Amino acid sequence: MTSDSSAPLAEPQRALEARLAARRGALCAFGRALLGGALFPAFRLRAEPAQTARAAKSAFEAGSLAEVLRLLDARPVTSDDISLTIPDFVENGAMVPVEVTSRVPGAQDIYIISESNPFPLVARFVILEGTDAFVSTRIKVASSCNVHALVHSEGRFLSAVKATTVTVGGCGA
Amino acid sequence: MPDPIRIRAQARGGGTDIHVLMPHPMETGFRKDEAGGFLPAHYITDVDIIVAGRTVLKATLSRAVSEDPLLHFRIKGGDPDDRVRVSWVDNWGERRVEESVIKAA
Repeated sequence: MTSDSSAPLAEPQRALEARLAARRGALCAFGRALLGGALFPAFRLRAEPAQTARAAKSAFEAGSLAEVLRLLDARPVTSDDISLTIPDFVENGAMVPVEVTSRVPGAQDIYIISESNPFPLVARFVILEGTDAFVSTRIKVASSCNVHALVHSEGRFLSAVKATTVTVGGCGA
Repeated sequence: MPDPIRIRAQARGGGTDIHVLMPHPMETGFRKDEAGGFLPAHYITDVDIIVAGRTVLKATLSRAVSEDPLLHFRIKGGDPDDRVRVSWVDNWGERRVEESVIKAA
């Protein structure tokens, strides 16, 4: 009885739903094109490729400086345009102040790497439009070693390196 | 639950200095407790900082960032009373969000 009365309605209902679905599909495609930068190429330049983000994530699991650089696909060149400030001597490796300032045009990311750490990549900062390429923080340094500041700009990697001597390592902290 | 995030945002010379202190143990997983067992790794992995609705800094941290992570950075511009929103998530999936405003020079 109910199926009889609903049958004549069901057909137009389905047609309407199909039209709505088609429209949704078109809207989604438009949205995807927008996100993909097809309509606004400038968006594509600013948006971080998913590949870069994944590489950066996996680099945090790397067990050596060489492995970190390999995963980031970085062959850094030392640059005077990067200032890395870290004490020459620290008593407590668990709290080492680090400051990085970059004058490299178009700096997109700043990485801090401590060579002696079990996982050398310490932090990554994504510098967005309108933010200075400067960051100051405190890190753990396992034992006396080189600390690197790596700046990523338009596919290039530039770096500054400084040695620090640690009396009590930061590994147990 | 860790203590609230502390935010200090101060307008200065056409820009804004932002200091963020995020109380968190930042356990490496390499430390042992009295019983000799390893304390589980527990550290902030991602930090997002938004000023006046615009993301200005994204940070990915490892266990090697010191306990109670401190971040200091600068943005161009920023007006007094603009909202500064800091959020973090750690490797246990815990989250914390805090808001403050830019103080006039």
